[in-house]
Amino acid sequence: MDRGVTRTGYERKMLKIDNLHANAGEKEILKGVSLAVNAGEVHAIMGPNGSGKSTLAQVIAGHPGFEVTQGTITYGDRNLLDMEPEERAQQGVFLAFQYPVEIPGVTNAYFLRSAYNEIRKARGEDELDPMEFLDLMEQKLKLVDMDPAMLHRSVNAGFSGGEKKRNEILQMAVLEPKLAILDETDSGLDIDALRVVAEGVNALKRPDNATIVVTHYQRLLNYIVPDRVHVLAGGKIVKSGGKELALELEARGYDWLMEAAA
Amino acid sequence: MSSSIESLVNREYQYGFVTDIDADTLPPGLSEDVIRLISSKKDEPEWLLDWRLKAYRRWLTMTEPHWANVKYEPIDYQAARYYSAPKGVKPLQSLDEVDPEILRTYQKLGISLTEQKMLAGVAVDAIFDSVSVGTTMKEELAKHGVIFCSFTEAVHNHPELVQKYLGSVVPYSDNFFAALNSAVFSDGSFCYVPKGVRCPIELSTYFRINAADTGQFERTLIVADEGAYVSYLEGCTAPKRSSNQLHAAVVELVALDNAQIKYSTVQNWYAGDKEGRGGIYNFVTKRGKAYTNAKISWTQVETGSAITWKYPSVILQGDNSTGEFYSVAVVNNRQQADTGTKMIHIGKNTKSTIISKGISAGEGQNSYRGRVHVLPRAEGARNYTQCDSMLIGNRCGAHTFPYIEVANSSSITEHEASTSKIGEDQIFYCKARGLNAEHAISLIVSGFCKEVFKELPMEFALEAQQLLGITLEGSVG
Repeated sequence: MDRGVTRTGYERKMLKIDNLHANAGEKEILKGVSLAVNAGEVHAIMGPNGSGKSTLAQVIAGHPGFEVTQGTITYGDRNLLDMEPEERAQQGVFLAFQYPVEIPGVTNAYFLRSAYNEIRKARGEDELDPMEFLDLMEQKLKLVDMDPAMLHRSVNAGFSGGEKKRNEILQMAVLEPKLAILDETDSGLDIDALRVVAEGVNALKRPDNATIVVTHYQRLLNYIVPDRVHVLAGGKIVKSGGKELALELEARGYDWLMEAAA
Repeated sequence: MSSSIESLVNREYQYGFVTDIDADTLPPGLSEDVIRLISSKKDEPEWLLDWRLKAYRRWLTMTEPHWANVKYEPIDYQAARYYSAPKGVKPLQSLDEVDPEILRTYQKLGISLTEQKMLAGVAVDAIFDSVSVGTTMKEELAKHGVIFCSFTEAVHNHPELVQKYLGSVVPYSDNFFAALNSAVFSDGSFCYVPKGVRCPIELSTYFRINAADTGQFERTLIVADEGAYVSYLEGCTAPKRSSNQLHAAVVELVALDNAQIKYSTVQNWYAGDKEGRGGIYNFVTKRGKAYTNAKISWTQVETGSAITWKYPSVILQGDNSTGEFYSVAVVNNRQQADTGTKMIHIGKNTKSTIISKGISAGEGQNSYRGRVHVLPRAEGARNYTQCDSMLIGNRCGAHTFPYIEVANSSSITEHEASTSKIGEDQIFYCKARGLNAEHAISLIVSGFCKEVFKELPMEFALEAQQLLGITLEGSVG
């Protein structure tokens, strides 16, 4: 879907997944997923539990627990599967984790500054010192309505579920990714937290970046409006459509699609 | 589920080389004759030979202790050599006449006995095998009346000081390894800071074990007279060897009234190969005695050795005295450590702080053993102990053996402990934010060790961070 901005062909095609098959151990989870995401777009991936939505998100990020057995993923003009996870992150891929991990003893400020500087290094820019970084943080904190005091707490340690999710979005705000994948970011959030998270994500949208929102419920998509909705079931995308598809799923559930796909 | 981290290149122990030097070495074996020979080679006075022999005879009656949580092959004390001095060096010689091969070795190890250290303001008393090679900045220190020289020199030039304090904190009968050390110690450092003097530079010593089967039996004695202050750094490396080498040193610190001694160690002895073969046995006795209003701080970062067995301790003899112990001990592959401290509260209103950080990786086994003893007349004694363990991977172990004996009801002792684990999940989380595995582990571990690292003198803190990174490479998986 055109956004009315002129681009070269390569820049527009942010992510191209072709016939992706992936295993967790002996079990095949993704059974031929194909997807194309352009710059400036928001894509939603929905589907029943066990369909492989989180697996897809993690495979794009490079989680070592999954093995790609077939297919390709192209990121811009690069073969994503050839890149180490840290390289993918340095090149602008961001995964907002479904279950963010705790890192005791490492403050949020220190962690974020380290990550931020890696990305700056990859872009050939100078690293920021702690003072400069704190200035940057001030604006970003406002975006996700977070208390500056949390910067000095250990990463995700003692955070509630909602705080962990907001922390993911804070990191996204600081790292300014080109491709953000939100893995069930809405799970465990109440309406207010959901709104804050969604507003944060929306504020970060630009014509030159893209977002993939993995979600089970339609609710989040009221706030983060998708350009395309895809339904993942049984390891494959069984249907794609516009944002109305999400509403249809809300009304009818997933069964009708499963029957059609079988 | 093996990870990409497993395939990280394991950096070869970079100090694993041997200097081909003509050493004046005694044949293996231990007897009264060997001890007399050592003493005569060093031209020692009668009283010292006498002390050595008493220690040796006492050692013969003792049995090697085996209560520590470490396993090792029995040590054949008759198979080791007890003296090896590089032929190019006689005690008390000037730097110009030192064998250039030796100096080159130090340069390879990153130690320059000359300008560099002087510019950095650190006096270096370098030890090569069993004899001190040279001492820099003696003149600078002499201006302040600070004596910093090899132990051998001290015996000759300041015998009254040595005789007064030697064995006053660690008597030769203290334990099996201390007795052995007292009998056969070859050299070490001696430092005396006069009343009210704040030593202007940080003192440093560098160790190396070279010739095969030569154990190192270093003896160090540091005395801070009333109101004095001294900060001392100890850093060690050793070359690759296939047979285990025993390092049974003794360090005694004496802080008289109102004095302060800060003793920092970054230890990187050869730890053995990945199967646990070879490597140094670091069985050390370190103890300080603090008099009225005095303070002794031990800070250690232990990353090397096949086995580390040491408890730098403080006897809080005087009223209002303070003892501190800050430690990071790392075990990886097949390393073992049983380390900690003893704080003995004797005077009134004494205070001790213990912060111990143990990191276990690979199949390493790390034990913290601590003793806080408050004697009956130790009114108002206070202790705070924090003992944290970090486990990396699934095959390592962390153990804690705290002993708290309190015989005075006005005292307060606190003990906190925590255990955490670095797993694949944390590493992937960091990678997903642009940090590679090495950076991730270093970040997580630094956060863990922050409280200890900030006690180290700046130049050591940096070396310690790097050492941790190298030690833990390839540890997750």
